[in-house]
Amino acid sequence: MNKKKTVAIIGNPNSGKTTLFNRLTGSNQHVGNWPGVTVDRKTGHICHDGIGVDIVDLPGIYSLSPYTQEEIIAREYVLGDECDGILNIVDAANIERNLYLTLQLIALGLPMVVALGFMDDVRAQGVKVDCDKLSERLGVPVVPISAKKGENMHKLLDALVHHMKPPVKQPAYLHGVGAAIRRAADLLQPLPLRRCSLPFYAAKLLEGDKAMWERMDALGMPRTVRAELKSIADAMHSHANSTDNEMVLADALYDYIEEIARAAYQRPKAPKLTVTERIDRIALHRVWALPIFAFFMFLMFWCTFGPFGTLLGEGMEYLLQGLLSPAVRGALSAADAQGWLIGLVCDGVIGGVGGVLSFLPQIVILFFFLSILEDTGYLARVAFIMDTLLRRIGLSGKSFVPMLMGFGCTTPAVMAARTMENDSDRRMTIMLTPFMSCGAKLPVYALVAGALFKEHQGLVIISLYILGILVGVLAGFILKKTIFKDVSSGFVLELPTYRMPSFKGTVRGMWQKAKDFITKAGTIIFLMSVVIWLLQNFTPTLAVAQSSAESILGVIGTAIAPVFGPLGFGRWQESVALLTGLVAKEAVVSTMSVLYGAGGDSAVLSGLLGTVFTPLAGYSFLVFTLLYMPCMSAFATIRREMGGWRWAFGAAAFQTALAYLAALVIFQVGSFLF
Amino acid sequence: MKTLNNLKPGESGVVDRITADGALKRHFLDMGITKGVPVTMERIAPFGDPVAVRLRGYSLSLRREEAKKIVLVSGV
Repeated sequence: MNKKKTVAIIGNPNSGKTTLFNRLTGSNQHVGNWPGVTVDRKTGHICHDGIGVDIVDLPGIYSLSPYTQEEIIAREYVLGDECDGILNIVDAANIERNLYLTLQLIALGLPMVVALGFMDDVRAQGVKVDCDKLSERLGVPVVPISAKKGENMHKLLDALVHHMKPPVKQPAYLHGVGAAIRRAADLLQPLPLRRCSLPFYAAKLLEGDKAMWERMDALGMPRTVRAELKSIADAMHSHANSTDNEMVLADALYDYIEEIARAAYQRPKAPKLTVTERIDRIALHRVWALPIFAFFMFLMFWCTFGPFGTLLGEGMEYLLQGLLSPAVRGALSAADAQGWLIGLVCDGVIGGVGGVLSFLPQIVILFFFLSILEDTGYLARVAFIMDTLLRRIGLSGKSFVPMLMGFGCTTPAVMAARTMENDSDRRMTIMLTPFMSCGAKLPVYALVAGALFKEHQGLVIISLYILGILVGVLAGFILKKTIFKDVSSGFVLELPTYRMPSFKGTVRGMWQKAKDFITKAGTIIFLMSVVIWLLQNFTPTLAVAQSSAESILGVIGTAIAPVFGPLGFGRWQESVALLTGLVAKEAVVSTMSVLYGAGGDSAVLSGLLGTVFTPLAGYSFLVFTLLYMPCMSAFATIRREMGGWRWAFGAAAFQTALAYLAALVIFQVGSFLF
Repeated sequence: MKTLNNLKPGESGVVDRITADGALKRHFLDMGITKGVPVTMERIAPFGDPVAVRLRGYSLSLRREEAKKIVLVSGV
């Protein structure tokens, strides 16, 4: 009978939930996934007075409605058997909207504690809060805390471990709503439902929540009960002189909340302008907002992909390729290992995985900025500023940051899309980000454009960047009309209070992202590196290949080369170069150098390219390079973020098809014209 | 019919009803946009859309298209 308690921590977005969770559980955390979705499931453990409690961090939500993925996860969890109690974090500075969720949680009837956070913010505004009165009105214990300073953590732990009790009462909502819920809850008694949560089920049924009605029918709700519930629901809205129970219920909850807030909050007569309002007067100013925003974006991009990030990336590469690889090679030779094994380990694995690990510093820097953007509350403002431009292609303002990062490197850019709550918007952003020409494609442009367009090469390169954006816009339209057509993603977004991010929280977030990248993407990339190395170094009869042409990759390249004929580059060398470009886009250059026998001399290669490519074919080749599926590091990340191979392959096929089409049109129309 | 979209920065109104449906209506309600609640237009985004309003002690941004679905009490 000594089962360990499991408590769910639940609260609004921006209510300081993550800070509190970290504060309570310290490093005792485990990050997993909720089944079937890409939302992180964090669990932690606390031990207080010798009693252990498991804590589950539920996604931040505004309500237990069944609309967003986060809401569904949270709702299913608190209705399930695993959950023994609820720790509800409430932002004291935003009490009315936060208590709306609290009232829904109280209806669940589970043992519960309310942690009232950001008390210092409230005090700064000159507001006095009577926690005892709040607790009395809500019928659950209320502990005022400051998660950042660790204020009252001991008291909260005491409450969690010793004083968790079911709510002493259910709120008596006015206008007959409370009575209707009670009557409906009584009717549900015979159904196999957790008894204490009947008020919650009753409220949702009266509200007309379809998912809930279906659930009751599946549980075998008798016809008579169904009819009686319907008549209570009808009586409820006619009583309120309305036609809509959802509104009647929300009104009743908010009326109740307003009364609680009036009783427990003593506000100053002339409220001071909050810091957030003062910052927004400048940060969201109609004229200044854009330059300020551009400055921050530039700073972030420059630090990540500029000299600083590049230097760290190269340092990482040197560590792996310059130091580790020779050392391993030496050790393997000393141990008399076979040549192919040395090649596999040093060139295949260390080369492949190492090439991806060299992204790590940039990922860490990018996530440092992203977590600051998010934790301060500026990210919501970015969405506010950019929304109009991005919604034209069916995206929302929040896609801007991932898209911008896409010009640096697709891998971290795809990870940056995590900051988007709306799942369809997120998926679409992930699929479009690779069209933003990443840094690794630049060497390819420089080589081909330099060889074929000489004095106009700058213009050609810029045109490719613009083309990438245009195709992204077009692809956005296509996706919106096909796969994501049923989604009308609204843009009702809280502009949260600006907060100072904590150093510890930022570092912790960075570390988690880095770890995630290494473990999840790393395993897939390891496998892909091995496979591609094997294909590059063995002939179809599994003998060691003497030249690239006779390797499996060369054979595949030769076989698919005719496919590229209509695009203007039907030779096997280009096909193989494009295939190795899947390892890393810049590999297209080194492969062409090897295959054309230029021996790494770019001037020689440039001259050779001038003889085999017409300018039009060269441009077509560059367009294909720009648009076709991203490198395996990005591909593995897309798979991870989209939650499945189907999505990843679908995205890759979509991108490659568009690339083919674009290059085909350019080459064919161009040939016709010139 | 006066809607939230008609307010100029600095102007206030009181919500009368919501003409949205489904997920959007639910979202409005969850965010505290209910009958009788006072709202103030705070500011307009640099490109003219979306807008930011203040209600129940916090700021909420929404598109003009969405703001049109929040009807205000006339004559306030």
